[in-house]
Amino acid sequence: MDKNSSNSNVIEKPGKDEPALQIVNIHKSFKHNSILKGLNITLGRGENLVVLGKSGTGKSVTIKCIVGLIIPDEGNITVLGKNILRLKDKELNELRKKIGFLFQSAALYDSMTVRENLNFPLRTNKSLSEDEKEELVREALENVGLLDAIDKMPSELSGGMRKRVGLARTLILKPQIMLYDEPTNGLDPITSKEIGNLINDVKEKYHTSSIIITHDIACAKIIADRIIVLKDGVCLTEGTYEELENSDNLEVRAYFE
Amino acid sequence: MDLAKNKRPSPQEESEPLFPSLYNFFSAITALTLFTGRYFKSVLLPPFEFNELVRQSFLIGYKSFPLVGITGFIMGLVLTIQSRPTLAEFGAESWLPAMVAVSIIREIGPVITALICAGKVGSGIGAELASMRVTEQIDAMEVSGINPFKYIVVTRILACTLMLPILVVFSDVIALLGSFLAVNINGDVTFTLYFSQVIDSLAFSDVFPAFVKTFFFGFAIGLIGCFKGYYTDKGTEGVGLAANSAVVLSSLLIFIMDMIAVQITDLLY
Ligand SMILES: Nc1ncnc2c1ncn2[C@@H]1O[C@H](COP(=O)(O)OP(=O)(O)O)[C@@H](O)[C@H]1O
Ligand SMILES: [Mg+2]
Repeated sequence: MDKNSSNSNVIEKPGKDEPALQIVNIHKSFKHNSILKGLNITLGRGENLVVLGKSGTGKSVTIKCIVGLIIPDEGNITVLGKNILRLKDKELNELRKKIGFLFQSAALYDSMTVRENLNFPLRTNKSLSEDEKEELVREALENVGLLDAIDKMPSELSGGMRKRVGLARTLILKPQIMLYDEPTNGLDPITSKEIGNLINDVKEKYHTSSIIITHDIACAKIIADRIIVLKDGVCLTEGTYEELENSDNLEVRAYFE
Repeated sequence: MDLAKNKRPSPQEESEPLFPSLYNFFSAITALTLFTGRYFKSVLLPPFEFNELVRQSFLIGYKSFPLVGITGFIMGLVLTIQSRPTLAEFGAESWLPAMVAVSIIREIGPVITALICAGKVGSGIGAELASMRVTEQIDAMEVSGINPFKYIVVTRILACTLMLPILVVFSDVIALLGSFLAVNINGDVTFTLYFSQVIDSLAFSDVFPAFVKTFFFGFAIGLIGCFKGYYTDKGTEGVGLAANSAVVLSSLLIFIMDMIAVQITDLLY
């Protein structure tokens, strides 16, 4: 949890000091509604980057651009050294397996049990036997502390449990980059804190680089190595938690009150 | 602010169209055509989602047997009772089995069964896919490297196309049983006599075109349900809308297809 110590192992693979992810000057509008207007974000290796911003500023749109769910009108996105806008379908799918995406609503598959949900990303993997897959599923659930929910349906789970199962499902492919869309939204403070700790555990254990969208400033305090604030489709400011907390900009300070 | 780049909206979207509803109609037709094209491309290319196809066939086909059976039975019974007085007036009561059989096999069986399935299966698919879209399940599949179109859409359309003919045959048989029962209310006809009359009255040109068109009906139900659900964009409200318009549109399409089928059959035989 000590931020300085986690910064010391930023470079997981020697020789690869390029950022995990780089967004350069992206623009996106829907019909006449211009959402992103030249946004730049760089995510260092092994870094937890928290993104703050009002509802509707395009935070979700930004991270959906990263995985190619939304195509920006202009700009470049480089993920793990690859320009994702130039990839063919097959290459894009391979790259997507290295990126974990925790959706705002957890996006569990309603018609499947927790076990089937976790098995789903593994289904195209022919090199694993059924036993090995089961082993991975159990390991992933154990990591989020929900092994006893393995045979439940998503509708039987609470909000916090759904988020954790969603997290387990994305972690099963051992992603190098994690994107969290409001992971603590709608949860009580105690569960939020647990999720925050879980995000830190993920970083320690899998050496992931993460972007975390959140409004939850208590959670941001636990997890953030660096925070950026979005406004009107561009980056308003960035800095560490302490720097932004003492910022001169009233708009930035408003998030911390 | 130079945004002139690849994914820029086309000029039509920029300016207000002259006739908005006409414009919407044709853009919907275009989208549906593209969707259909994508289906045919995906259905032929591996990987095939065989397990999911079986599961969907079970849900769509097997689970519809009771409903289709009950409606089929009532259909045969009622049709026979209603036709008797007219035939009796001409002293042609002995034609009753033949007449009922021809109308059930050629027309009423396929169309009523398809409409029932449009209501049960089509709305179900529309609502299910729409809620998967709204709760980001479709996006989640896509980012985990699995093609959601193949897994969700192709399996459902194919299952509908394959299951509807089976349901129609089942419904036809039950309807004929219902009709047999109704014939026996007023007179005494043995089971063998009744069915030999039915089979004598049916020609290949009655059975075959009627069977072929059921594949198209099934395809239409699956296609429209998936299309409406897959492209929903109005949040939770869109789920109901997708289910509703899936039923309306696929029912309409079934009637249109039936009309075309009749014309073609007329030309051929
Ligand atoms: N697929 C889409 N089509 C049209 N508009 C969209 C789409 N996705 C997002 N938007 C619009 O973009 C804006 C930003 O959305 P979003 O990124 O979800 O905001 P947030 O920062 O709260 O996550 C919203 O006004 C939303 O209506
Ligand atoms: Mg959002």
